Order: sequence, then C-alpha cells, then structure tokens
Amino acid sequence: MTTESAVLEEPVVKKQELPEFELVNLTINGQSFKLKLQPWVSLLDAIREYAGLTGTKKGCDHGQCGACTVLINGKRINSCLTLAVMRDGEAITTIEGLSDGVVNHPLQDAFIEHDAFQCGYCTPGQICSAVGMINEGRANSLEDVQELMSGNICRCGAYNNINAAIMEVKSKMA
Amino acid sequence: MKTQYIGKPVSRVDGLAKVTGSAKYSADFKVEGMLYGYIVSGSIAKGRIISIDTSGAMSLKGVLQVFTHENVSGLPWFSIKYKDMDAPTGSPFRPLHDDKIIYSGQPVALVVAETFELARYAASLVHVSYQEEDFTTDLVKNMDQSYKAPVGKLGYVSPKSRGNADEAFDQAAFKMSGSYQHGAEHHNPMELFSTTAIWENGKLTVYDKTQGVSNCQFYIGNVFGLAYKDVRIISPYVGGAFGSGLRPQYQLFMAVLAALELKRPVKVGLTRQQMFTFGHRPVTLQQLQLSASTDGSLESIKHEAFSETSRFENYTEIIVNWSGTMYNCDNVKLKYELVGLDMYTPVDMRAPGAVTGAHAIESAMDELAYELKMDPLIFRLKNYADEDQTEEKPFSSKELIACYREGAEKFGWTKRSIGPRSMREGNQLIGWGVATAAWDAFQAPARAKALLSIDGKLIVSSGTSDIGTGTYTIMTQIAAESLGLKIEDVTFKLGDTNMPLAPLEGGSWTAASVGAAVKGVCEDVKKKLKKMAVKTKTSPFYDTSSKDIVFDSGIISDVNDSSKSISIVDLMRIAGVNSIEETSTSGPNPINKMKYTFNSHAAVFAEVKVDEDLGIVRVTRVVCAVAAGKILNPKTARSQILGGVVWGISKALEEESKMDHQYGRFMNHNLSEYHVPVNKDINDIEVIFVEEKDDIVNPLGVKGVGEIGIIGVAGAIANAVFHATGVRVRNLPITMDKVLQIAEDDKNQVAV
Repeated sequence: MTTESAVLEEPVVKKQELPEFELVNLTINGQSFKLKLQPWVSLLDAIREYAGLTGTKKGCDHGQCGACTVLINGKRINSCLTLAVMRDGEAITTIEGLSDGVVNHPLQDAFIEHDAFQCGYCTPGQICSAVGMINEGRANSLEDVQELMSGNICRCGAYNNINAAIMEVKSKMA
Repeated sequence: MKTQYIGKPVSRVDGLAKVTGSAKYSADFKVEGMLYGYIVSGSIAKGRIISIDTSGAMSLKGVLQVFTHENVSGLPWFSIKYKDMDAPTGSPFRPLHDDKIIYSGQPVALVVAETFELARYAASLVHVSYQEEDFTTDLVKNMDQSYKAPVGKLGYVSPKSRGNADEAFDQAAFKMSGSYQHGAEHHNPMELFSTTAIWENGKLTVYDKTQGVSNCQFYIGNVFGLAYKDVRIISPYVGGAFGSGLRPQYQLFMAVLAALELKRPVKVGLTRQQMFTFGHRPVTLQQLQLSASTDGSLESIKHEAFSETSRFENYTEIIVNWSGTMYNCDNVKLKYELVGLDMYTPVDMRAPGAVTGAHAIESAMDELAYELKMDPLIFRLKNYADEDQTEEKPFSSKELIACYREGAEKFGWTKRSIGPRSMREGNQLIGWGVATAAWDAFQAPARAKALLSIDGKLIVSSGTSDIGTGTYTIMTQIAAESLGLKIEDVTFKLGDTNMPLAPLEGGSWTAASVGAAVKGVCEDVKKKLKKMAVKTKTSPFYDTSSKDIVFDSGIISDVNDSSKSISIVDLMRIAGVNSIEETSTSGPNPINKMKYTFNSHAAVFAEVKVDEDLGIVRVTRVVCAVAAGKILNPKTARSQILGGVVWGISKALEEESKMDHQYGRFMNHNLSEYHVPVNKDINDIEVIFVEEKDDIVNPLGVKGVGEIGIIGVAGAIANAVFHATGVRVRNLPITMDKVLQIAEDDKNQVAV
C-alpha cells in the first residue's frame, strides 16, 4: 500500500513566496529592541532567538504548559501564542526584567527560600505567571492560587513549594 | 571537625540562576552564524520509504539542506557503533540509515535553514511516500510471542525463584489472584530535547540535554568516527529528564550530522509531539497470586510480568524481583518476559520496574489483607523481611518499621475503619490506603577534581549532571564540609566532558557515587595542606604532628589549642604555593557489596475522596515516610520526594500514552491530552525522613532519594480507592470511567 501517492505523480515545484522581513519594535524590560523579522515569528521566538533573552522557555509551543509566560502591560500571556508583530510597542516583561541584578522581585527570593523548583525550566514562567496573578487581584486564598496557577505545569512536581512561596509574598504584601 | 553543611537545609546554590533566567539550558546557547534544523517525522509504523521529495523545501531561499537516508553516507554500517552506555541488548536505531521504517514517528529527514520558522515551513513541504507493511503494537494481542528477558542491560538482574510456590498456593487457607495492567507513559520533562553542535578547527563542541555528557561523547565519537578528545559535550542545566536523557536522543545525531556536513553551527530541537517518539515506560501486564495461613503469614508469592519492547532492542527492567525481597516468604515464583512490538524501544523512566512491580504487589497485599480481614498495615508488619531472602544477605540498614510507625502516626492510620465504603463526607467516599516501597542504593565509580587557589576559593568539578535533583548543591555542601571551608568559597561544576568522568546521572546513585569522589578529592587536598602546615618553617604547625590539625571555615587550627591557627590563604602564601590541584577516583566497596544488600525504603499513606455519583478520584492527603540513609540536604531531598509523590499521583490517576493500534501511533502526543498533574490536582503531601544510620553502604552513608518517593504511591492510592468505594481498579491510571464501569460490571460490588 502506498500512501500520499499524489506527490508521486508529478511534483510541481513552484517558486515559494516567503513572508517579507519587517522591522518590529519590541520593548522588553524597558529596553527597545528593533528586530528585523518575519510576521510568522512568535513572540516567544522573537524574545529568545532574536532579542537573545533566553530566560523565557519553550515547553510545548502550543499554549499547553505555560513555560513561556511573560507579562504584557502587567498581564500574563503565553508568548508562544502571540506573534511578535502583534506586540509592536507594548511593554513586555520577561523573567530577566524582574530583577535589576541587585534586588530581586520578592517572588524570586521566595522561590529560592521555599525550593519552589527542581530543574528550574518552568520557573521563569511560574514566576511571571504569579506576578500576573497577583496583579489580577483575584487570588485570595491558597485554593485560589492553586486554581489560578494551574496554567503552568511543573513536571518536577514542586507545586506545594510554589504555592508556599506565593502565599508568603502575598501575605507580606497585604 | 564540627558538621557545618551536610544534613542542613541549604538553599540551592543554583537557585539564583534559575529564578532570574540566567541558567543556560541546552537550547539557550546562541552561536554566531547558527542554523536551525527541523526534523520530519515518519507517518507509518512499519515499512519502507519509496521516495522522499525534498524539491519544494530545497527551492526556498534560506534552506541549506534536507538530509535524508538518500544523501547521508559514510556512517558506520555496523549497529554496534551506535551502542550507548545505557543501551539494552540488541541493535540500536540508526537515524537516516536506510529506507526502513521501524516505528511510527521515526525521523525521516532533517531540514536545515537560516531560521527556525523557515526550517519548520520547509519541513512541511517534504513529501514522503511509503510502502507499508503489517505491524502490531498491542501487547495484549501478542502474549503468545513472549520470550525470557535476556540479561545485558546495565543493572538488570534475572529474577530468582525459591521454594515451591505452586504447592504452597494450592494448600493455603487464604489466597488472592489478580491481573494488573499499566499503560505506556512518556517522561515529558518540561524542557524539549535540543542540541547545538559547532564544528570548528577539527573539534566538535556540543550543547546537549543529557543525563550523561560522557555517554553522548562516546556515542558521537563512535558514530561519526571522531576521536573522543575532539568531541566536547556541555550540559550545565537540564530541564528535567527522569530517565529520558540516559540515552543520546536523535536530535543529537541530527545536529552533529548537519554541523559536520555544512561546517556551520546547527541547533536542532524536538517539538513536544516528537518528545513521544523515542522511548517510554512500557505497557506491562502482571499476574499476582498470593497466599497466607490463617495467622496472616505469607505462604507463597507468584508474580509474572510481561512487558513490551521494540523489535530491535530488549529493554529490560527489574519488576518482579522486588516481590522476592519485599516480604518474608519461603515460596516465591517469579517470571519476567518480553514481547517485541513495532515501536521504539522503551527507556528507563523514574524508578523503572520498581514502580510497576510495586503497584501490583502492594495492591495484591491489600487484597489478601481483606481476605484475611486484617488491617493492611498490620499484615505488612506481620510479614516484615528482616533480611534479603533472595540473596540470603542482611540489609546494610533497613528502617522500614520506623517508616511505618512514623508515617502511620502522622497520617492518623489507627482511626481507619477497616471495611470498604465505611468512611464518607456527604457524597464523597473517603478511603485510606498504604503501600511499601524499596529501591536499590547503588554506587558507581566516579572521578572528581579539586582546585584550591591562593584566594581560598575551591572549585570542584565532575562530569555529572543536575536534572533538578540538587547535585550542584549537595556536592558544594560535601566539598565545603570535607575541606572545612565556608560554603560561599566553594563552587561545584558539572556537565562537561572536559571534567573528570562521572557515571550516567540516574538510578538515585549520584549522591553516593559523585559525592564519594568529591569527599575523596577534598580529603586529598586536606592532606596536602596538612603536610604543608607541618613542613613550612614559618607555619605555626611547623614540625608538629599533623594528627591534631583541624579545618573549619577556611582556618586551620590545633584541636587542643585553638590559639594556634592559620588561615588556608596565609598558609599557602607563606609556603609559596599558588594553587593545589587534585584528582581522585572513588568506587563501591566490593566486599561490602558481597556481604550486604543495599536498599532504601518508604511507607506511603494516601487518602482519596471519590465522588459517589461521578467516580472522580481526588488525592487529598499523602504521607511518605522514607528511610534512605543520611539525608545530605533535607530541603532539596524533600523536594525530590514531593516530586516523586506527584509522579505517583500522576501514575495512579492521570498519565497514559494511548496507542492507536490501527496506526501504531501514540494518539495523545501533547501536554493537553497527555495528562500530568497541574497545581490544582495536588494537595497536602507530608514528607518524613526517618533516622537511618548506615556506615556500610558508602562513605557518606547516603542511599539516594530520586526514585524512592514515587514507588509506593500508586499502590497506596489504588488501595485507598478500594477502601473508599469497594471497587478494585487493577488497570492504571484509575480514571472515573473505570471506577464506574467496574462497579457496574461486578454484580457483587455496590455501585459507586
């Protein structure tokens, strides 16, 4: 049995038109990046491969794991599900933007203290997501945090420690 | 010397790098002029490639090459060259080797282009036509093809029977029989496999995701005919692996192939879908028959397991052997066979074999306890194994009774009512279950290097890996304590073939293996410093006995006279020594290994709540009490056990790779349909480390904690589900449909 036999008949090779490169202006962590890229580049790949900020991770490229979570104007978003050209001029914050190199975001310190990770791969997404969740102002209890952090998978299973870190930071903010 | 760091809950030394995004994983290395590779996966399970049309892809500006079996040549013909250190017996898969398709999802082409997006698009234009052959992927339908599992894979030991289990079973007063099934599982670490290969001036540098840089160096050297010294593998951070990184995966081959051919750096990453195309925890069918006398003493254990493997390699794991050592029983009959199917070879996945076997034996023990009308914990204590009956050796240490006691106390086990469906909260049926776990405490030879410089800073290195286990942290602790330095003056490095050789990072043996090497090399440096102290004329210890010298926080002092002291920095300065470098090897003690069995143990207590109307199972509480020798760092060790318990909950209730036998392909190959626990799925988990002193197992007295946390969990949960509902689901994962179906099918069961 032969499958996909249609292609056997006569491969018609057409000159493919590829998308044009465009100049996109991304503001990441307060810094302006003028990037020449094609419109099919996701925000995630633009951040990682074009702006060179590799703290943001790719775990599925399908919006199923949350590893690529960044903040746009303070709101959390899966950066693999948006195109870079759609974010021209918006304020993007990645994990690298949460610490100034001297003072960390309180969540970053709490994550270390509570051992809220093992391999660390989902961690940038978890922290950005937690920042976004706190901004949303809907998480009033541990149960809320569990529910609202369920878009970020941690395969190492550090959830209880992640929640402990978030609850500690929230209690200090209150 | 006083203990300063070992046993203390030190926060991860790599924590800051991980929370700030500066930790570099394999896909995070950007190299000037780097190209991107995208792999085309085959769409049939078995057959032959008739043709591959790459013209559409090649016509695109920016596509450099499409590699297929038709244009890749010059690689070794003999498959032995593709053997890696974790390869089972058989003939390893050779990517792009010929036109044969041996499993669904097999890589058939690599597209290399200037950008990732272009490579991905071009890959969609590669058209492959196939000649399909008959195939089979269903273990259940091929049981008549089973054969005895051969020895040959690292760590595999054939099961040993004893006594006459058949006769004892026939004559016993109480007995149970049950069949248990496990679905396939994929590791799914959050990090996708990715490799960046750079070929420059006759040397290859590779950034890879792996649990063993040396294994990848060995593999690449053999496959591509390169001298090992010209192949450097670097892997400082690994975003989880759970066994999937024990063998070199095919993106490594692809990236190196392209870099060598195109003479440019190439990065090749797998998609999440492709993470389901290179090895899994195998589907396993198990038969258990247990019998006991009227007082609850086990009379016989019969345990058979049948696992799937590929047609080209015999993947083996230790499943049934645990039934010979877990409980005291004179009549044990064990059997383990394989069935070859048209799929990729399974690969070790967290607690390989043990977690599969433990679910079955621990469920069976629970079933027999109900037959006896005994509390399942008392039944286990009644049959406690004081020694390893299989090998007829004592355990170097075994504090399992303390695990049962402390775990039961914390859980409140004595408040349990014995009958099924006897505890409820509204429409939530409540069940409590218990199970036991055991794992080997291995140690393998390892090397480490120490470099102490005149500023008092120590760098220790070993080519091991940290897959989230905490290797960086515990090695730093061991080094600081062994040499009496402040922890901030110690740096531990790993994940580079330029460093001394370490074994594959797996099987819970890294703490013991690399830890012993780190301790050893630091003690060598200490000896040199002591010698320097007594030989250097201006030293306060000149011409004294080195026996009285102690090290603490970078200061050398006299144990009897603390006023007599000198800092390491000052000693090296007056001695005119700029640095001290030592390399040391350590390995297991073969005499102890012959005399004793080394095992870690755990007792797991689980509470479930089952929705009476819908059959939905939630795990509301788990207590996991662990005896694993010395705990080097209770903070990171607790995290390992927490993770193991989460994996156990996942195994019991959620994860399964579903094979579509019509196409021979895993259907749910993504993270939305392959279920793993999310935050909301996980509730209270309590971890207890019981005191266990062991001077025999290895110099540090550690047993490793990577595996022991998962092993008993699925059994404890399955038993709790029975206690809650009266429904015995012997087929994992325990999903709501199975709970309801079994209740409906079995007229003797009360409907849930």
